[in-house]
Amino acid sequence: MPTDPVAIRVSRFSHFFGAEQTLIALDLDVCRNEILGIIGPARSGKSTFLCALNRLNDLVRGSRVEGRIEIDGKNIYDPDVDVIELRRKLGTVFATPIPLPRSIFENVAFGPRMAGVRDKVRLNEIVRDSLEKGGLFEEVKDRLNTSALKLSGGQQQRLCLARILALKPEFILLDEPTSGLDPISTMKIEDSLRKLKKDYTIILVTNNTKQAARVADRTAFFLNGGLIEIGPTAGIYTAPADKRTDDYLRGKFG
Amino acid sequence: MSLDPRLSQRIARTFLWAMTAVTVAILVFIIFFILRKGLPAINVDFLTKNPVDMGKGGGIFSTVIGTVVLTALAILIATPLGVGTAIYLTEYTWENTLTRVIRFGAECLAGIPSIIFGLFGFILFVTKLGFGWSILSGGLTLAFMILPTLIRTSEEAIKSVPASYRQVSFSLGGTKWQTVTRVVLPSALPGIVTGIILSVGRSIGETAAVIFTAGSALRIPTSLFSSSRTMSVHFYILAREGISMSKAYGTAAILVIAILAVNIATYYLMNKFIRKYS
Repeated sequence: MPTDPVAIRVSRFSHFFGAEQTLIALDLDVCRNEILGIIGPARSGKSTFLCALNRLNDLVRGSRVEGRIEIDGKNIYDPDVDVIELRRKLGTVFATPIPLPRSIFENVAFGPRMAGVRDKVRLNEIVRDSLEKGGLFEEVKDRLNTSALKLSGGQQQRLCLARILALKPEFILLDEPTSGLDPISTMKIEDSLRKLKKDYTIILVTNNTKQAARVADRTAFFLNGGLIEIGPTAGIYTAPADKRTDDYLRGKFG
Repeated sequence: MSLDPRLSQRIARTFLWAMTAVTVAILVFIIFFILRKGLPAINVDFLTKNPVDMGKGGGIFSTVIGTVVLTALAILIATPLGVGTAIYLTEYTWENTLTRVIRFGAECLAGIPSIIFGLFGFILFVTKLGFGWSILSGGLTLAFMILPTLIRTSEEAIKSVPASYRQVSFSLGGTKWQTVTRVVLPSALPGIVTGIILSVGRSIGETAAVIFTAGSALRIPTSLFSSSRTMSVHFYILAREGISMSKAYGTAAILVIAILAVNIATYYLMNKFIRKYS
């Protein structure tokens, strides 16, 4: 178990799509077992930052980076990094729940299967355990073999959470995970996150500033691809250091 | 002066309905015509006996075999090539000059009349490579002929798989190949199979490209190098040479029924598959 309290260290990190710069010289640390909230208006670079962490940006034509992102002391943009391994370490939940057109069981077993787990008993264990941690098991235990597309939106999103837990990641990245959900479903996801914090490091990108206030230990405010400020959530919300943070939280723009 | 909108609505609807009705009527008329002329010639012997006396007597068994073997060979050759090309074009490369050239080439190939493919197959396979008039020459020629359709339909099917599925697969630690085989292809399969069905239909119905390359022998083929006659070629020769119009229509009726059967069977299988994956 690494002892450094900093799990992810971002230094002078910039990201470009072609000629357009989407992240500007970011400097920030993510601590182990914290929930880091990232807030900011649309197109502020929040999602791009998440996709830079798991290198999903690689899949987009014209994507280019400068600077470093160190995870457990290793720059993830070094040429010898195994991207597949990296992505298993950082599970990602997207804004819209995207269950694959398969059964509930197969959705959760999908990642482990690709990682080469074939043993039936082992897969059963992983699926059950992940669904429990995702807070979905009780609702679906009798119909694991029915289509995941038949679940409600909130259930689908918890399925997506369970699906990444099945990979036994170190980090959980969430990109506006509750933007399409009702308040009850949102509450269930937030409850799960509070429980998961003890075993995982969580980065939560959200459009909903109140959500960050409810669950995040620290909060970062992004604007136009730059980091404006980062600090303990209570401090950001009660006494932001930067006027732009204050304006955003008061709803003056964004 | 403008028309009353409700009246113009009604005129538009009637007009479109009429066009649909004409289309369906033509289709029904063709099928009805062929079946009415052809069904009286069909019996067990017609299906199980080989043609005798140039096709004046006997049945069409050897041409059924010829059609099945030739079509199967063409599909077996063209499907991996077509689907492979489509996967490469959509998943493994960015859009660039090369992909545009490949796509443009495939599209041009699709517009070439089948008799040109026949001539090409004759020159390359039958004479130059020395395969003679044979199942092999015919199968290869048909494969080239249906390749553009297969590439095109597979590409459309693969492109229509939501990008989010790929994103999920990659984010869960999938490699490109795992993403293609476990996420993209299962979702694209209905579209790919539709392309294969279209190709089967074209292969079964093809005459010009086959007559030049597979020949028109009436024996049951015994190897890849046997010459063979397909049902379409048989129909063409029977009708063209005036050998037997009743046998010709009987053959045509079997052709139509076969194509209907292939379509129905595929839709049935496809529905089962789609239910499993959604």
